[in-house]
Amino acid sequence: MKTTDLLIVGAGPAGLSAALAAAQAGVRALVIDENQRPGGQLFKQIHKFFGSGVHKAGTRGFRIGEQLLKETLEQNVEVQLGYPVYGLFPDGRAVCGSPEGAQEIRAKKIILATGANENNLCFEGSTLPGVMTAGAAQTMINLHHVLPGQRVVMIGSGNVGLIVAYQLLQAGAQVAAVVEAAPAIGGYGVHAGKLRRAGVPFYVSHTVHRAIGTDSVEGVELVKLDNFRKVDGTQLEIPCDTVCMAVGLTPMVELARLAGCEMTEIPALGGVVPMHDENMRTTNPDVYIAGDISGVEEASTAMEEGRLAGTAAAEALGALDAETAARLKDEIRRRMALLRSGEFGAKRQAAKETIVRRCEAFEAGRQEEGERA
Amino acid sequence: MSMEPSCPVKGPGIPSAERRAKGPVACIECFQHIPCNPCEASCPRHAITIGGEITGLPHLDETLCNGCGLCMTRCPGLAIFTVDESGENARVSFPYEYVPLPQAGDAVTCTDRDGHPLTQGTVVRVRQSPAFDHTAVVTVEIPKALSMQVRFIDRSSIPGR
Ligand SMILES: Cc1cc2nc3c(=O)[nH]c(=O)nc-3n(C[C@H](O)[C@H](O)[C@H](O)COP(=O)(O)OP(=O)(O)OC[C@H]3O[C@@H](n4cnc5c(N)ncnc54)[C@H](O)[C@@H]3O)c2cc1C
Ligand code: SF4
Ligand code: SF4
Repeated sequence: MKTTDLLIVGAGPAGLSAALAAAQAGVRALVIDENQRPGGQLFKQIHKFFGSGVHKAGTRGFRIGEQLLKETLEQNVEVQLGYPVYGLFPDGRAVCGSPEGAQEIRAKKIILATGANENNLCFEGSTLPGVMTAGAAQTMINLHHVLPGQRVVMIGSGNVGLIVAYQLLQAGAQVAAVVEAAPAIGGYGVHAGKLRRAGVPFYVSHTVHRAIGTDSVEGVELVKLDNFRKVDGTQLEIPCDTVCMAVGLTPMVELARLAGCEMTEIPALGGVVPMHDENMRTTNPDVYIAGDISGVEEASTAMEEGRLAGTAAAEALGALDAETAARLKDEIRRRMALLRSGEFGAKRQAAKETIVRRCEAFEAGRQEEGERA
Repeated sequence: MSMEPSCPVKGPGIPSAERRAKGPVACIECFQHIPCNPCEASCPRHAITIGGEITGLPHLDETLCNGCGLCMTRCPGLAIFTVDESGENARVSFPYEYVPLPQAGDAVTCTDRDGHPLTQGTVVRVRQSPAFDHTAVVTVEIPKALSMQVRFIDRSSIPGR
């Protein structure tokens, strides 16, 4: 059995930033990721990132991942790639797959930074070859340099849908339509602007009714929505060979569940997430979370949450005194609050505050119960 | 017919007609409060200010800007253009991230913000540099009246495609 002070599951921006913060405080951390490449979502992002200077904005996503990994390795953090963690016990034992079979790791503190999974839509024809998630299409073009098709219809106009549609154009595909159920484009206007300038048509208040085709996709039938209800007789057919779905992400919370962390539902952040306090600590006092697992946001916030969790874990392990830790955490929280301001961020800020409040209420209840018992 | 270019966009990043008439100047078409600010640090002349809040809108100081175009290649939203109305025709520059690149001298169809064709124009310059990190800057020459409307080209109109 392997032992470590701090185990971090996930080598995305959150996990790597957590490792870096902990290592800078002098904590020996082990990072495990099931992927062969570190960086999580970052390594397939070829676009220049949003965020601020401190979050390496204006730099292409995969380079941010490379830089983070380099800094992490320079701090002598151990990174194990290609190892899925599939078991986590409430007492801090983790089990991961390895070429030598199951490997058990005992850690004093654990940070879960497992990210999020893409959502799927179910419609007639959705099992036809050619229907895929936007992330799958993005992996094909940016990692494997294979075009999923010649003519793509993108379902969903959040930032992921807009960015992947743009990257499909860059890769040489045509984008026949971007479809959005809501009455307005969901993602940033500047991302939509790139597609508009390229002449890509947007269908707001529309959704996919069915995919047409016998052996693979030959087209999609869209239908108009009135207040999210399909309007009969408004079907409209668009020929295409690929349908991409960019309809949101769901936090990957399975390991947190295994560790006995209390969950809470928060639709604005992607569904059910582990409750956490101001230090990113869950209701299991040895388990912290950071990044998309704690609510789907962005790489910039994922990095800050990682730093926060890494700093808090280092403090809990005794590597930082309370005063230093408080100063570091305040700085991080200040930057995070700035990222969560403005018309797009305010909703996330409110949702995050709700999680912390619910966690405090849960802990207070638990304490009361303990006192009564 | 008035030759005054009509300007369909408004905001703190849009330069005045007087300034555009004097020579190249940035035109920042970023109108939502998004958490983003690399344009601010990218300008060597400190002509762009977002302010303390990262979600602030970029403001252009048109007296400081010389239209060098550096900010264009740092903006992840590809939302910055430069416009020059000092000559007989207008020159509009935009970031371009497709291959193949157009070449100086190419006659191309120039389009508006929705990709609709507006006019024929000529590519007068294509700038690339390692510092731009694969975002090229393409400059087209077009009739002055369309300077605030032309923002891209129809890629299929590039000769040889
Ligand atoms: C198309 C697209 C464009 C984006 N553009 C931007 C942008 O411009 N700016 C921005 O700030 N953000 C952007 N984002 C969002 C950003 O990529 C994510 O918010 C960020 O990557 C989340 O970081 P994370 O570390 O929480 O999770 P991830 O990056 O998803 O990393 C999680 C890691 O955990 C690993 N893992 C999961 N489960 C296990 C397990 N059981 N065992 C071992 N390993 C496991 C995974 O393999 C993965 O490597 C974009 C996202 C997408 C999809
Ligand atoms: S064009 Fe040059 S001077 Fe003007 S704002 Fe951009 S970087 Fe600054
Ligand atoms: S870099 Fe571009 S997208 Fe970001 S704030 Fe500046 S103009 Fe807007």
